[in-house]
Amino acid sequence: MNLENYIAINDLCAHYEIETSFFTSLSEIGLIEIRTVESHYFLDVENVQTVEKMIRLYKDLNINLEGIDTIFNLLEKIDTLQNELNDTKNRLRLYED
Amino acid sequence: MAFIDYYKILGVAKSASEAEIKKAYRKLARKYHPDLNPSDKTAEAKFKEINEANEVLGDPENRKKYDKYGKDWKHAEEFEKAQKSQQSRGGSQQQHYSSGGSSTGDYSDFFESMFGGSGGGRSGRSSSFKGQDFNAELQLELEDVFTTHKRTLTVGGRSIRLTIPAGVKNGQVIKIKGQGGDGVNNGPKGDLYIRFSIANHTKFKLDNDNLQITVDIDLYLALLGGDVMVDTFDGKVKLKVKPETQNGTKVKLKGKGFPVYKKEGVFGDLYLTYNVQLPTNLTDKEKELFGELSKLRTI
Repeated sequence: MNLENYIAINDLCAHYEIETSFFTSLSEIGLIEIRTVESHYFLDVENVQTVEKMIRLYKDLNINLEGIDTIFNLLEKIDTLQNELNDTKNRLRLYED
Repeated sequence: MAFIDYYKILGVAKSASEAEIKKAYRKLARKYHPDLNPSDKTAEAKFKEINEANEVLGDPENRKKYDKYGKDWKHAEEFEKAQKSQQSRGGSQQQHYSSGGSSTGDYSDFFESMFGGSGGGRSGRSSSFKGQDFNAELQLELEDVFTTHKRTLTVGGRSIRLTIPAGVKNGQVIKIKGQGGDGVNNGPKGDLYIRFSIANHTKFKLDNDNLQITVDIDLYLALLGGDVMVDTFDGKVKLKVKPETQNGTKVKLKGKGFPVYKKEGVFGDLYLTYNVQLPTNLTDKEKELFGELSKLRTI
């Protein structure tokens, strides 16, 4: 398996000073996807930014994993609503002149 | 430089205990944390304020200094000298919330005058190592986004050449990966978020990917039918007007609308609304003939 675009969970743990169980728990509740190669865990680099956000919520705000899951769902909903609001505003421009 | 009341910012009394300050800070941080308020400049500024307040009030040494000289910050330098001579400054492990790459690293002038530049008196960790995300707004005209084109922007002192896809919407935000601030400790660069502000000074109205336009036709063309040249966004086309076309009739020109974002070669439709213009300043002869027509209709 080509691991060029993957980063070892151990490296992330060392960098962020966070325990491995944090990542495995995130994986267990379906928030991230971890790849296992020869007993080593890896994360797609594309997901690092999302994981960083989860770490900040976990460490900075003492939010547990279920809370993080809820927040991510709500943020996604906000994003959808924001896009809908933008579309609606653009449609309203039709009647502004 | 204005005095900043850090107690007021955290909403605590001057006599508040360390635990009360910590509690107030945590509550406000949960409310204004940039990760929970994406693209919200007000929340970001508020978060910066409460972080700064916590840097001061959450650290016993800083708090002492602030309480003593806060309102008279100009004397803080003398205080600092005295402190240095006592070599009493230890490395307390005060908690500092990371900002998720937003620009919360800045401190107020007031803070910097009392506690030094950013990082002065600051001993907290930062769990984020990614560079700061940049936000920029790009103002374009509707004509600009009819075709995909390249444009050079200057963001954070750097020139960035980017491709603007046709059909991008007003208010839409696109992310340019790795074009933000430099990372910390060899971390990845932040991202650049560009919000498009698209003004429409054309005679077309845009409704999603469809365009709308009103076409004036005269009474005779509406009654008898014929050809009319109409404007589309990228040129004129000749159109047949059916006899007895009513005022307000809508006609759809398929595929003559606006390009659909990120779908090359796919366009919305153009909706024409006919506006039948009645003749004015009629001559006596015209009035007579219209009178005759009128009689024909009433028989």
